[in-house]
Amino acid sequence: MTLALDLGLDLAFGALILATALAAVAGQGLFRAVVFFITYGLLLALVWARLGAYDVALAEGVIGAGLTGVLLLMAQGRLRRADALADPPARGKLAAALAGASVTAALVWAWFTLPLPQRIDLDAPMAASGVENPVTAVLLNFRAWDTLLESIVLLAALVGLWMLARDAEWRAPLGPGFHARAGGVLSVFGRLLPPVGLIYGVWLVWAGADQTGGAFQGGTVLAAVILVAMMAGLARAPRVGAPAWHAALAFGPGVFLLAGIAMIAVGGGFLTLPPEFAKPVTVTIEAALTLSIAVTLALLVVGPPEQQNGGGT
Amino acid sequence: MSGLSVLALTGAGLIGLGIYGLLAHAQLLRRVIGFNLVGSGLFLFFGAAGAREMPVDPIPQALIITGIVVAFAASALAVALITALARATGRATLPEESERS
Repeated sequence: MTLALDLGLDLAFGALILATALAAVAGQGLFRAVVFFITYGLLLALVWARLGAYDVALAEGVIGAGLTGVLLLMAQGRLRRADALADPPARGKLAAALAGASVTAALVWAWFTLPLPQRIDLDAPMAASGVENPVTAVLLNFRAWDTLLESIVLLAALVGLWMLARDAEWRAPLGPGFHARAGGVLSVFGRLLPPVGLIYGVWLVWAGADQTGGAFQGGTVLAAVILVAMMAGLARAPRVGAPAWHAALAFGPGVFLLAGIAMIAVGGGFLTLPPEFAKPVTVTIEAALTLSIAVTLALLVVGPPEQQNGGGT
Repeated sequence: MSGLSVLALTGAGLIGLGIYGLLAHAQLLRRVIGFNLVGSGLFLFFGAAGAREMPVDPIPQALIITGIVVAFAASALAVALITALARATGRATLPEESERS
């Protein structure tokens, strides 16, 4: 009975997700496509929770649906202002559908044919990792190289995005300029949400060592706090070159690198954490990384410096 | 068929839908949406594969979280490129083959 119910739920989720994805791909109008994409991301987060992958569920909810959603909505607004919303009808539909369907068919075949891989036994390394959440241990200890390079990739993306600014606008504040109507929904929520978000974000990072959460999920919640504060007019968007913001951007990767090098001195190797230092080093890297992730993600959403020409957002 | 297979096949379907959106649409913002569908579909497929034995394997989970963050950074860069193109040319579509000189 419960098995049938479980299968029914999975079928319902699968159908809903495919339907919202189809609406995001083939539906009329860019704005509607973006809204369906956000709905899709939230449904996907629920499915990750059903799979028991709670850390991924949080990441998908806050980054995949939340931040990407804001990014796409702001992009739609920018295209509207540039009068570039033209959405020509899809072309070469048959060829594109064939390409998509054949990849799907190959993956379906792979799912039912490929053997179960030999699983890596994490019990012994987990005991020496100093943390209880295995996902955090993989991200910051066993595969720390990946995470170090990822934090640098984020910085590279931000630098690439700033490079797209026009020469005349290089000294302007970042982003399109936000205007919240006094007493409107945004300025009220803009005062209500940041303190709650701040506490929740920091808690997610702290709890992430032993439970669900971590630097990326917590950092994204803090990025949302920065964005809401800017959109509500509580904080001003910085300019390129603002020293405090640049320091915040480089702090996480910098601490990560230095901690990695320090591990050579205490006997491990680059980024190899000896068990007696594992917990404090992991927590230090996570805390530093959180600050940089929060600022980098927020500035990635805000976009390159732009001259404000008096228009609303 | 198990619930896990349903979710894996949903992932496979999402990848196909994303590829369709990526190839068929001229509007570049729609292509970014297609790219994100391919990514999240792939993550779901991969995650379901890591959940075939209990407890859920943490290594795919960590790789997927990394992937979600990197996909976001790539989307932000793509959106900035599209906006710059739109401000310079007044459109967010690439030129047709016949329009190129």
